[in-house]
Amino acid sequence: MSKKHPNHHKYHLSGNEPQDSEALVEVQEERPVLLKHYIIGFISSLILTLVAYIITINHVADRNILFIILALLALGQFLLQMFYFLHVGREFSPKFKLLMASFMSLVVIILVGGSLWIMFNLNGRVMPTQSQMVKYMNSQNSL
Amino acid sequence: MGDLATTSLSIAKSNRKIEQIENDNTTLFGFWVYLMTDCVLFASLFATFVVLRNNTFGGPTGAQLFSMPYVLLETMALLTSSFTNGLALLSAQKRKVKQTLFWMGLTFVLGLTFLSLELAEFHKFARMGDSWTRSGFLSAYYTLVGTHGAHITIGLLWMAVMAFYIFKRGITRVSLKRIRMMSMFWHFLDVVWIFIFTIVYLFGALHA
Repeated sequence: MSKKHPNHHKYHLSGNEPQDSEALVEVQEERPVLLKHYIIGFISSLILTLVAYIITINHVADRNILFIILALLALGQFLLQMFYFLHVGREFSPKFKLLMASFMSLVVIILVGGSLWIMFNLNGRVMPTQSQMVKYMNSQNSL
Repeated sequence: MGDLATTSLSIAKSNRKIEQIENDNTTLFGFWVYLMTDCVLFASLFATFVVLRNNTFGGPTGAQLFSMPYVLLETMALLTSSFTNGLALLSAQKRKVKQTLFWMGLTFVLGLTFLSLELAEFHKFARMGDSWTRSGFLSAYYTLVGTHGAHITIGLLWMAVMAFYIFKRGITRVSLKRIRMMSMFWHFLDVVWIFIFTIVYLFGALHA
């Protein structure tokens, strides 16, 4: 990975302009951020947003298929913005930022997925069946 | 001897600077950890929203309530502000004060546009009688989107304070660190909005 920037030093001293009393020094933990990255991130996000919007408005496919496509478009835009805007994964090893983000994704998947799994099964698990209900009502009447 | 003394002094100085910068990087990572834990807050609200999505209690559904072109406009304002925010950080790294202030100002205006659009939408719904007390769906909707809006409000305040600070003191090591944190915060809010846009608005429109 570091082959791309052979003349890069981890401790890169820069910007010692004479008028700077506080001499700006930069220790870079990430590969340098370029204008190019922001432009790629912006344009691709713009395209993905518009595609998602247009296919929803025009109902181009079956609803269930659209749900999957929209989820994938959102996921794609999420990954693009994490990489191009938040520079996750562009740091030098050890990549703690990436590690933290991956772990959080796991937490979020468990939290959201788990909650939905439980909540959408709740009726089936908690509601008594018809015969159980009749039995219960009879027992109440006999009081 | 004099030379040696000067050299060792300058080495000591640059070592101290490296130490300071390393502290800054620890601060930035700490802020990143905060952002990631903020994900848990949003994840809980998303889960709540999805569960309560159909509990409209005779009130309006998302498809009846939301105006899609309006939402697209909001999304574009926030996405563009995320981009100009990145440009502000790039200019700050090049120590260009005026350029930084320009991009930050543009980010602020776009962020304010987004927030105004969102608040106007909330106001319109509430006036039609569809406030958060109307149904489970609307409670979840206002909580999720409102929490994001509250973050945006804090971000805008922070941006205004930062712009004033840069205007007064220029771009120093400390202000650059703060600009970096603010920039991360703002990009993060745009990332959260991708999911609000998709799950609340687009999925909502499909449920019609």
